[in-house]
Amino acid sequence: MNSHTLTRLRYTYLPDHLIGEILSKRWIDNAIPVLTLALIIAVFGSVIGNFFTLGSIGNISQQVAELGLLTLALTIVMLSGGIDLSIGSIFGLAVLATLICMNALGLSVGVALLAALATGMLCGLINGLLIGYLRLRAFLTTLVMLIILRSVYEIVFLNFATRIVSGMPQSKLWDYLAFGKIYGIPAALFITLAIALVLHVILSRARHGWHITAVGGARRSAYNAGINVRRTICAAYVWSGGLAALAGFIYAARLGSAGADTGAGLEITALTAAVLGGISLGGGRGSVAKALIGTISVAALSSGLVRLGVPGPMNSLILGTVLILAVFVDVRWMKNKQKILNTVYMSPAYVVMPKAAETAVGSGSPYAVNDKLREVDAIGLGILEGPEDCVLDRDDNLYCGTRHGDVMKFHGPDHKTWELFAHVGGHPLGIQMDRDNNIVTCVGGMGLYMITPQREVVKLTDETNRSAFSIIDDSQLKIADDLDITDDGRVYFSEATIRYNIANWPMDALESRGNGRIVCYDMNTKKTHTELKNLVFPNGVCIAQDQQSFYFAESWGCRLSRYWFDGPKKGTLQVVIDNLPGYPDNINRSSDGHYWFTLMGMRTPSLDLALRMPGFRRRMARQIAVDEWLFPNINNGCVLKFNEKGEILDALWDLGGQNHPMITSIREHKGNLYLGGISNNRIGRYKIPGADPNWCALDARWGKS
Amino acid sequence: MRTMRLTQEGVVFLIALVLFVGFAITLTDFVSPGNLMTLLRSVAILGILGLGMGLVVVGRGIDLSMVAVMVVAVSWAIVIGQTEIGFATGILAGLIFCILTGLVVGVLVAYAEVPAIFTTLAMGSIVYGIGRSLFFTLDVQNVPPGNEWFAFLGRGTILGIPMAIIAFGIVAAVLHLVLRKTRFGRFIYASGDNPQAARIAGLPYRPLLVTQYVVSSCIAYVAGLVMAASVSGMNTRIFNSTMIYDVLLVVVLGGIGLAGGRGGVRNVIVGTLLVGVLLNGMTIMNISLTYQNLIKSVILLMAILIDTLLNPRDEQTSQQGDI
Repeated sequence: MNSHTLTRLRYTYLPDHLIGEILSKRWIDNAIPVLTLALIIAVFGSVIGNFFTLGSIGNISQQVAELGLLTLALTIVMLSGGIDLSIGSIFGLAVLATLICMNALGLSVGVALLAALATGMLCGLINGLLIGYLRLRAFLTTLVMLIILRSVYEIVFLNFATRIVSGMPQSKLWDYLAFGKIYGIPAALFITLAIALVLHVILSRARHGWHITAVGGARRSAYNAGINVRRTICAAYVWSGGLAALAGFIYAARLGSAGADTGAGLEITALTAAVLGGISLGGGRGSVAKALIGTISVAALSSGLVRLGVPGPMNSLILGTVLILAVFVDVRWMKNKQKILNTVYMSPAYVVMPKAAETAVGSGSPYAVNDKLREVDAIGLGILEGPEDCVLDRDDNLYCGTRHGDVMKFHGPDHKTWELFAHVGGHPLGIQMDRDNNIVTCVGGMGLYMITPQREVVKLTDETNRSAFSIIDDSQLKIADDLDITDDGRVYFSEATIRYNIANWPMDALESRGNGRIVCYDMNTKKTHTELKNLVFPNGVCIAQDQQSFYFAESWGCRLSRYWFDGPKKGTLQVVIDNLPGYPDNINRSSDGHYWFTLMGMRTPSLDLALRMPGFRRRMARQIAVDEWLFPNINNGCVLKFNEKGEILDALWDLGGQNHPMITSIREHKGNLYLGGISNNRIGRYKIPGADPNWCALDARWGKS
Repeated sequence: MRTMRLTQEGVVFLIALVLFVGFAITLTDFVSPGNLMTLLRSVAILGILGLGMGLVVVGRGIDLSMVAVMVVAVSWAIVIGQTEIGFATGILAGLIFCILTGLVVGVLVAYAEVPAIFTTLAMGSIVYGIGRSLFFTLDVQNVPPGNEWFAFLGRGTILGIPMAIIAFGIVAAVLHLVLRKTRFGRFIYASGDNPQAARIAGLPYRPLLVTQYVVSSCIAYVAGLVMAASVSGMNTRIFNSTMIYDVLLVVVLGGIGLAGGRGGVRNVIVGTLLVGVLLNGMTIMNISLTYQNLIKSVILLMAILIDTLLNPRDEQTSQQGDI
């Protein structure tokens, strides 16, 4: 067993690309809070003998019920990028409002609840107006509100203290709120959990919740996206006030009385819980689950400390230390997560490339370099940017996509004049015309789209079935690349990679793992499914003449393959050419019954060597800047023709790269070959010597209309 | 900008003057020499604390742990003084405690990058917890008898001016010179005005931050000593009061913008005068402590509001998580 075998085994079977994928998930933010909670429970569980008894848990759950609501209140505000220190005082005022209604005035439970909520939301509204609309600093404003509301509390409390103490409300519901238990668990906890569930749905599914998160995540971007930032922030504080008031209501039901310091200092406890749960102080990151994890941590911690007989001041010392530690971890996590992710996400695979076919002039190889493309004409020179592919209709009009998210139309037969045909919004890559003259195109980052002759842009699909064990969400289409359409309306299209988005596609070349796939969209059933997986940057797709199979190119794999989707050989995968000297791109039919394809760039010995050295590529990705990386050459390519046996019949080069060296696609139409290029500023037109001057691809494919 | 600042400071000064005149007319005994001395002495401690807070706020920070540090360090000094080790050593121990606390806060803020507001808020409970569980058990510590020099620091007078006011004057003068004339002072303005630019320009940004918190906690200690000297003891329950917000009130009212880089010692003095007049007037009017708190905090809210309107937050240099 030599070192190459070891390297191969290590990079083939150790799934370390999963580390990066796990780190890129949002739920990974929960890891530290959950570990903290486990640690707290483990420590107290082993130190305190009866920590897990029912009474102890009942005590903790009662605490969770009230603290949980307060933490949720803080969570919403923190999500919006602010903070609310006045919740302790709002809590106190709500307790007071409830008790005045119940004990002093003898009103019903419903009225008391309304009074408490109204008190809390009014206080929240004041906060919201000051912070949201007048843009005061949240921390200081709510700190001052804490004192103001506390003073109000003291003033009101003095006036009602005796009447509160003497009053005895008669209400079964009230008593049930206080002492009701379901399976030994306080009813109050169920109320909190129900509210948490509702909030979870709002924050993660509803527009309002998304607005709050968006504003907290990036205030300016949220504003630019048309969100009413000020109103959203104001609403967050109203939510916070309301939830704090609800907590106060439950507390009032449980204790039935209030003291001079009811609710004092609760904001610090709730803040500790929120930060311990991993809710970010910067805003935009947090969830209901995190709030609950943090609440349980703090409840377990403080109840454990009480059980251990730790004196009060020591208790606040520990809570203070925990708060600083939690904030510290949060700040570090925020700062370094992206850095770590950037260094570990790129995970190279071990690839041994077959020896590349010879291309030298005079070598006699079918790939030998020539200068046939020296005389290529330019269409739309300077107008186009990035026409990856093009298609011609029966009236010789040429359609192609641009980097700006448009589909352009050049009028036939000379293609001198042009118009903007349709605006898609993303960069159209592969482009094809179906039987009814609809343009079907793969739009990078968006999915599969159709443009009708009436210029209507229709989304066909942007997601496929999710694989059972994938960590990253592989249901969305990240880089749909090229497509072809079968007679019965199935669209087979390639997705280059599921691990990188459209802006980072060259990174996939350094991995050279099978990250890509071929997906099928059925126009009749409107369903999408993944047909072939684990392909190395699948690119061009072309239905073969037998209508039962398609050819496809794997760019970084430097090979052409054929796959049967129908007929007796259904499901067979066959490699047609595996030693290409470059990276194959689109494939299309030629007038003589064969197939054209292009190489978008040429292999280099250095990169071939690097592919056998994944450790080298990994070090490169970690240690040097992206613009210093060894990337594949994609500046110089050629057009090739092959037959079904996999023989190369023709090669068109631009020796020296003087006129039209960069080619990603070809389209034969009436004796001419039209050349697209993803980094070109034009479409090339090459007159094929001896080709049928009347052959129209659409007629040949779909029959004369 | 400069005229705007002057306007705010001037407005506060005018309000103080108007209040003073108003109280002088409506309240008997307000302008008596005895009351004026009481007024000044009572706000001297607030003023000294305000100077420390002002320094940190100029550097775009905030120190909410000042009162806790003051209470615990001075109490510890007194507790040591009650033993045979001696009061002088105790005072030294308290000073070392303050420096250490300031260092911890500074390192957490500067190097661990924990927002100052959280560090100092939590540090307040931590310091108080340490004091309560390790240094002292009683609520009130009494200065051991036989330290006349210490009592003079609080109750003595020079040329008829109480020592507390003189201490305030000395701290103010020193701080003014440091802020205006030394490199350290100018660096604090620079780093408070635009931290990123200060760092790029090569200022020792992090050591600067640490120094700020060490200085502010030492100033808190001085305030504590003056307080202990004037009442012959230290009441640790002050920690639970809203004193730290009064300190903030002094700074913000005086016109030191919370965005950092603006204001100076003069602003603290003006703020102290206003708060002093206000507190004294309300006390003479026999307004209960609760109502006093309410009025004070509403005024503080107004001050923050005006501060925000006059010194809008700079979105370009405000940090993520800067709340």
